[in-house]
Formats: sequence, structure tokens, C-alpha cells
Amino acid sequence: MKMISLTIDGISVQVPDGTTILDAAASLGIDVPTFCHDPRLRPDGACRICVVEVEKARSLVTSCSTPVGEGMVVYTDSPSVVEARKEILRLMWANHPYNCLTCEKAGNCKLQDYSYRYGITDEDIQLFAGEKKKHEIDDSNKFYISDQNKCILCGKCVRICGELQCTNAIGRSDRGFTTHITPPFEIKLETSECVSCGNCVSYCPTGALSAKKPVKYREWEVKRVDTTCTYCGVGCQLQLLVKDNRVVGVEPVNGPANEGLLCVKGKFGYNFINHPDRLKTPLIKKDGKFEEASWAEALELVAEKLSETRDKYGPDAVAGLSSARCTNEENYLFQKLMRGAVGTNNVDHCARL
Amino acid sequence: MEIYRSHVLICAGTGCTSSGSQSVTNAFERLIKEEGLEREVKVVRTGCFGLCEMGPVVIIYPEGAFYSRVEEKDVEEIVKEHLIKGRIVKRLLYEESLDKDTIKSLNQVDFYKKQMRIALRNCGVIDPENIDEYIAMDGYKAIAKVLTEMTPEQVIDEVKKSGLRGRGGGGFPTGMKWEFASKSKDDKKYVCCNADEGDPGAFMDRSVLEGDPHSVLEAMAIAGYAIGSDQGYIYVRAEYPIAVKRLQIAIKQAREYGVLGSNILGTGFAFDIDLKIGAGAFVCGEETALLNSIEGKRGEPRPRPPFPAVKGLWQKPTLLNNVETYANICPIILNGGEWFAGIGTERSKGTKVFALGGKINNTGLVEIPMGTTIREVIYEIGGGCPNGKEFKAVQTGGPSGGCIPAELIDTPIEYDTLVSIGSMMGSGGMIVMDEDNCMVDIARFFLDFTCDESCGKCTSCREGTRRMLEILERITEGKGRETDIEKLETLAKNIKASALCGLGQTAPNPVLSTLRYFRHEYEAHIRDKRCPAGVCTALLQYVIDADKCKGCGICAKNCPANCISGKPKTPYVIDQDKCIKCGTCQDKCPFNAIDKK
Ligand SMILES: Cc1cc2nc3c(=O)[nH]c(=O)nc-3n(C[C@H](O)[C@H](O)[C@H](O)COP(=O)(O)O)c2cc1C
Ligand code: SF4
Ligand code: SF4
Ligand code: SF4
Ligand code: FES
Repeated sequence: MKMISLTIDGISVQVPDGTTILDAAASLGIDVPTFCHDPRLRPDGACRICVVEVEKARSLVTSCSTPVGEGMVVYTDSPSVVEARKEILRLMWANHPYNCLTCEKAGNCKLQDYSYRYGITDEDIQLFAGEKKKHEIDDSNKFYISDQNKCILCGKCVRICGELQCTNAIGRSDRGFTTHITPPFEIKLETSECVSCGNCVSYCPTGALSAKKPVKYREWEVKRVDTTCTYCGVGCQLQLLVKDNRVVGVEPVNGPANEGLLCVKGKFGYNFINHPDRLKTPLIKKDGKFEEASWAEALELVAEKLSETRDKYGPDAVAGLSSARCTNEENYLFQKLMRGAVGTNNVDHCARL
Repeated sequence: MEIYRSHVLICAGTGCTSSGSQSVTNAFERLIKEEGLEREVKVVRTGCFGLCEMGPVVIIYPEGAFYSRVEEKDVEEIVKEHLIKGRIVKRLLYEESLDKDTIKSLNQVDFYKKQMRIALRNCGVIDPENIDEYIAMDGYKAIAKVLTEMTPEQVIDEVKKSGLRGRGGGGFPTGMKWEFASKSKDDKKYVCCNADEGDPGAFMDRSVLEGDPHSVLEAMAIAGYAIGSDQGYIYVRAEYPIAVKRLQIAIKQAREYGVLGSNILGTGFAFDIDLKIGAGAFVCGEETALLNSIEGKRGEPRPRPPFPAVKGLWQKPTLLNNVETYANICPIILNGGEWFAGIGTERSKGTKVFALGGKINNTGLVEIPMGTTIREVIYEIGGGCPNGKEFKAVQTGGPSGGCIPAELIDTPIEYDTLVSIGSMMGSGGMIVMDEDNCMVDIARFFLDFTCDESCGKCTSCREGTRRMLEILERITEGKGRETDIEKLETLAKNIKASALCGLGQTAPNPVLSTLRYFRHEYEAHIRDKRCPAGVCTALLQYVIDADKCKGCGICAKNCPANCISGKPKTPYVIDQDKCIKCGTCQDKCPFNAIDKK
């Protein structure tokens, strides 16, 4: 592979040809701010916050979309870079509601984080005070809310829906100052092509797209528990957000099977977890009535019955039917159990029914 | 072929069409037929002559009589007098073209004297809907030469030698662009033509397409041969219906004649062209937005790199040039790159077409050699400002350009010189301003345009132009603040440095250039709450001069806001709080006693 040498903030570095300045900087531990960048998406250059200075370039360049060049000299934090970034933040604030206090995104919001990082003051926020956009909030979708007043138009939602989810339910509409994100013809999300996967919601850097929350929580109140989605065999990686021992939300994790995506069930279908009717232990029928039992007890019983049947009637008297809600790996283990331990090929899967 | 004794050339460009050339043409055809002259006199609908101000324009050869502002009712006289009796109708001649009793040749008329027509060579000369007339003017000779005598490298070399630079605004060397596109290796490449022409007031490309569509088709085929492409697209705005129609006719004829299609002139070279009709967003003239739009996507720019020459239309290597750029190609091939490089200046070769508009006597289209000074264009060709007003500034480059003040009127028109004085060549709009124009208001006008046309994709332009506009609006409304100039300057700097595409990067130019040359006007608005040019209504006052007022009371009777009071025979007074600044009183006062301040 061809390697390119360049200097970033005075440090020399070699990276493979085609690497972006952003990634080259990251390899040196330099964290360039981004709103619209997502490594899974084609670079779009919309938000402009990632601009850096390149010696001899005509203007600042966006590090997320510009590939490195041999001998390039890059400054990620020069005065003109910082000034341009602050100006972008000021411009965003001039067109943004001031309600961090109650915003669902507070604590996990990139606009907040970068405003903090660049020391945005009250004066900065008010500097360009003028007309602000006024959009009706769309809460027609059962699972999430779109509040375009908080949107910074990074376009990530549009590209995720189009490039990754391949649904193309939403897009930028109008031009100039009135540009906003909407399904075609300004219809509500509920009647649009949206499949409620929530992948846009998971990556919106601000509070413009937020999940409807059955239980209110703050970002800093939840514990994040890594797990695998239980809905199907794909094995999507996700984090359960747990507050007071209750699952209050789900965020996707960039695992090999799902690359940071989820479907509507994985993302929003977590309420059953806390439902009082949910079975939490195995049940064993005794005298015609189900009684709660321990896992050891239950497994013991199943093993005993299976061995008994096999010994008495032969292995083919046993058949195994597994669930599509188990992971691929679990299904593999199940057929192994049937073939290896029980000794039959009578094994099938509910998804084939 | 019929031989005619007279040719009546009638402009069928958009300008003359809107001043009624269609009905004039119909009248000519009808009367010529009635008089039984249809085998002797031929009526030709041509493209633009350039002097739109004087339209509808009719030129009758062999005499070369230049009739201007011809109306339907004049046609009978022209037919009876000129065509039948051979007596030129002097009262209808374009005044300038008459020298005592003789008709000057067009090249001697002031408007045309300093011009040099390369891109517009056939406009107003041939019938654009007839490929034979194009061929008679050496049309499709260049493609024949290229296909039979030249290698693609030689074609590119010739274009490089000519020094031709893009006429769409950026001024990038055309030969280099062709070379990049030819070097990109791929199984499919495209040649595109940018006919989006979105600058307010500009109509150079429209005139070429309306007057000489084949010259663009031929040049695109040559480009296809040079870079190795077999498919072209012309992106033309839907607001140009005549251009679209002429292109459609031209493409059809070119296919019939075998100069477009799968086997051009029997050489085996294949190249075809399709039209894509744009919906008229200014940003779709930006090259990557244009490509998105052809692909059927929202017309917003893409980040570059990758450049179109590497990954353009449908991610394939693509060459994009402007209409006027293409219109220069065939003459370069036929006469050689060196011939072209001999015209113009060191770093700006050839000619440039400008659309002269605003406060100028001869509005219209002019093609001048590079290096011509602004003074020559404004005074010698354009005839100066109307009503003896003083020339104040000229905006080149449209909303992306800047205002050039009167003191720089001797600046030669060249790419780099214009940039160095804060403007740019742009695509060729030239809007002239006189003493009655307020420069803050002009900047506000252009910002209003860019703000409206911003595609909304990137933060700097979408939000930044809006805030610049708000500041300019409040300055023109007399609510400007002491810090506003500084705010405009830093916003401008940051937007220029960080916007995604050329639209945003150049949007602050009109503000920066007016701040550079007319800062005192901004200061007068902000500090003295005064508009020196008397344009910004919020800052105007109508005041009755007590010395001149005879107390007739006519003003009071006519004031729609009822805010003038006084007793007969004593001076009247305007209540400034109630005045709506309509100016009615000033118009009505028989003694000129009311001043606008
Ligand atoms: C906002 C914007 C609008 C533009 N509009 C036009 C246009 O209407 N016509 C045009 O030829 N070029 C236009 N351009 C320039 C094109 O992007 C491109 O540079 C040009 O078409 C290339 O052709 P050339 O090299 O022959 O000039 C525009 C650029 C920008 C940034
Ligand atoms: S929820 Fe999924 S389908 Fe709906 S808009 Fe978002 S990404 Fe597209
Ligand atoms: S809704 Fe969120 S993700 Fe979508 S454009 Fe707005 S800020 Fe970006
Ligand atoms: S600079 Fe303006 S027109 Fe260009 S991409 Fe940005 S928002 Fe769109
Ligand atoms: S992160 Fe680079 S432009 Fe948005």
C-alpha cells in the first residue's frame, strides 16, 4: 500500500493513501470536531465544523472529506481554524432554541460539547440574534419525535436513512434559511415511508430527533450494559440504558453484524423487559399447575426426559425445533446438541415454518 | 439552391422576441408573399444581434440597413419602400448606423466597433434552425479536421496553446481540464455543458444557444474525441424555452447529417448528446450540484475532491465546460491555438462576452477582446449612463463578484486583474450603476439573492448569508449599529474560508467590495442615518423649503397619509412621523419646493 507522509500540528505522520485528514489526525490522537461525519457514510461536507488549515490551500478545508497529500502541512487548531469553528457555532446558536435545561439530549449533545470546548459565551450565542426558524414539531411517529427547531442540518439522518437503512424516507427540503428535514411533500413521519428503525435518532448529534421515552432519564443517570439483541438471529450489538435497575432505552453498538444499525424492535421494543407479566424463571408443571423453578431444576428435568425418551424409543423419536429469536451461534449449538448429544437429524427452526 | 436578391434578418432571440419580433417576422412573411416576392427575398430568423435595447432588430442585406425598434405597423413601409423600390426607410434606421446619408457598415457603428465576435460569430448571421447555414459558415469543419487529421493529444495541445480559460466563472485553463479528463481511465466518460446561466441579468449563453446551437454541439463532440467519451449532456434551464427548442432541433439535424451519433462522418467515432432541463436553481450552475441534478438528485454541491474529471457524473470521469467556452473551440481548431492566443492579454486570451445592463444607454450583449478597459465598454460601446448621470460603479461577476468603482474605470478586463481589485470576471454579467445607486442597497440586493439561492446544505452559507443580509437590511433601514461593519467583515471572512461551494465562498464579495470602495456610504447610513444616494426610503425625508413654498396646498391635498398641514399662502410642513415617503408631494408641487434628503 502506498504511504503518504504529512505533518499535522508539527508532528510527522505516515498514513495509507486515501486516508482523510480527519483520520490521519485521529491516528495521532487529535480529536477534530465533527457533526456530519460518520465513517460509514460517504463524506458530505455539510456542517463545516471540521475545517483545518492546509498550507498553500486557497481556503480552509474540511478534514472529513479531504484526503491527505504528500508533504501536506496541516494545522487543526490554528487561530483561523478556531475562529472559523467558533463562527459556525455562533451561527448555529443564532438559529437554535436556548433550552438545554430541559432538552432530552443535554449531556450527550455535540452542540453543547463543542460550545463548551470552544468557550462559547453568552455574547457569542447572541451575536447574530435575528430571525429563528419556526417548525411544527412532528410527533406523529410512535417511537420518536422530530423537532426541526433544534436541527443543525448536518444531514446525517438523511444519509443514514438513505445510504445505510436504504429506506430514503426523509430528505432536505426547501432551500437556504428555510431548509429542513422532512419526508417528501411535508407529510408527517407516520404516513411516510419511515419504518421506525430509529437509526437516524441514534446518530442525530442534537436533540432534533429524540426517542419517545416511557421513563424520563438524564444521560448521566444511566448505566450502559452491552448485550446482543434478542429479537432475531443477526446478533446486533446494543447497549441497554439502565436507570434504577430498569431498562429505559437502547443504543446501537458498532458490532460486526450490525455496524451500528438496529431495527425498530431492537431500538424501541424494550418495554416488555419491565412488564409485570414477563416470565423471569422457568415454570415446571406439577399436578396440572405451573410452578416457578430454578434453571438448574428445569434443565435437569429436560435432560432427564430427553435421555429417557431417546433410550426407550431411539434418537429419532426426538425432534428439536429452535427459535428465530436465538442468535446464529445459539442455533448452531442447538443443532450440535441434537445431532451430537441426542443423535438425531430431526432438527429444524421456526423461521422455516 | 435558390438565390435571393435580398435577405431580411430578424432577431429571434429572447430579447427581441419579447419586444415583438415574432409579429414583425409574420408581417414580413405575409407582405412579402402578398407582393409576390417570396422567390426574391428571404426572411431569416437569427440569433441575438446584441443590441437588445434597440429591438426588435431587422437587418436587410445586401444594403446592410440596420432597422431598430421595428414595429408590426412599420413592416409595410419597409417592404414597399425598401424591398420593392430600393429606398431605405431612414426614419427606422438605428440612428448610430447613419453617417450623413450613407449607411455605415456594422463594424463602424460605435456599439460594434470595439467588439470582436468569436463566440458570437454566427449570432445574428445565420438561421439557427438550419444546419446548412451553419455548415456554410465552416460549421462541422472543425470536427472533420479533428477526426481525420488530429490525435486526441493534438486536440488537447491546440486548446492548451490557445490559452483559453473557462468562461463559466472560474477561469480554469480549458486545455488542462481536458487533459485531466483524458488521463482518467474508465470504461465510460461524459462531456457536459453548463447552460444553467443563473447570474441575474446575464444572457450570454442563452444567446449562443439561441443563435448558434450547432457550435456548442460540434465543440462537445470534439471534446468527446479528445477525452475519450461518447456521451454528452447539456444542462439547460427550463426558463430558456427558445434555447431548448433550438437545441432540440439542432441535435435532431446533427444526427440526421451524421455529425452526431454512432458513426460521425463515417470515421467510426461515436458521440451523442442529450438535454437535461434544469429547474433554474442558481446553485445548479455549480459543477457538482449540476452533476447531482443530472443524476436526478437534489441540486446540492458535493465536496471536492474528488473532482469531476476523476469522479463526476455517476462517479465516472466527466468534463464540464460552459457554453461560451465551447463556442470558442471550433475557431481555435480551425485557425490554430496560436491565432487565439494572439488575441487578448498575457494571461487572459481571446474575447469575452458581457451582458451589459443597469444604468447604461446600450443595454445588450457585447463581445470584446480581453484587456479592453472598463471605460471602453461603458462609454464607447455602452454609450455611458442615461440622462447624463454620473457613472459610479460596475458590478462584474454577478452575485459572486464585486463592485468596481469609477476611479478604477481604466482597469483592463482580465481574469486576474479583476480578482485583484476585489471582483471577478464571472460569467459575464455587467451591471452599471450611476450616482442614484446606493451601494449598501446594492450589496443588500446581491446578498438577498445569494441568501435565497443558497442550497441550504452547509452551515456557513445557509446561516451566514442570512445574518449578513439581516445586518445589511437594518443598515438600510437606519437601524445599523456601530459594530455592524466589523461584524460584516468577520462574517464575510469566515464564510469565504469555510463554505462548501463557490456560491457561499463568493457570496460576501459584493459586501466586501462595497465596503472597500464605498465604506463612507455604510458609515453615513449607520452614523448619520443618511443615505447619500437617496435610495433607502427609511432614511429619506421629504422637506418643504419654506422659501420656495407659495402655500398653494396642492401637496397637502395629494398626500395619501394626510400628514401635510399649513395655512394657505404660508409655507406648509410635513409631519415626519406620519410621512410614508411615497414622494407624491414632490411630484405634485408646482414650485419644486419639496426636497428629498
Ligand atoms: C454558485 C455557482 C453558480 C455557477 N453558475 C454557473 C453557470 O450558470 N454557468 C456556468 O457555465 N458556470 C457556472 N458556475 C461555474 C461552474 O461551477 C464551472 O466552474 C463551470 O461551468 C466550468 O466551465 P468552464 O471551465 O468552461 O468555465 C457556477 C459556479 C458556482 C459556484
Ligand atoms: S427511523 Fe429509520 S426508516 Fe425512519 S427515517 Fe429514521 S432511518 Fe429512516
Ligand atoms: S435531525 Fe439531527 S441528524 Fe438529522 S440533520 Fe438534523 S441534526 Fe442532523
Ligand atoms: S456554500 Fe451555500 S450553496 Fe454551496 S453548499 Fe454551502 S449552502 Fe449550499
Ligand atoms: S464533519 Fe466535516 S463537514 Fe461536517
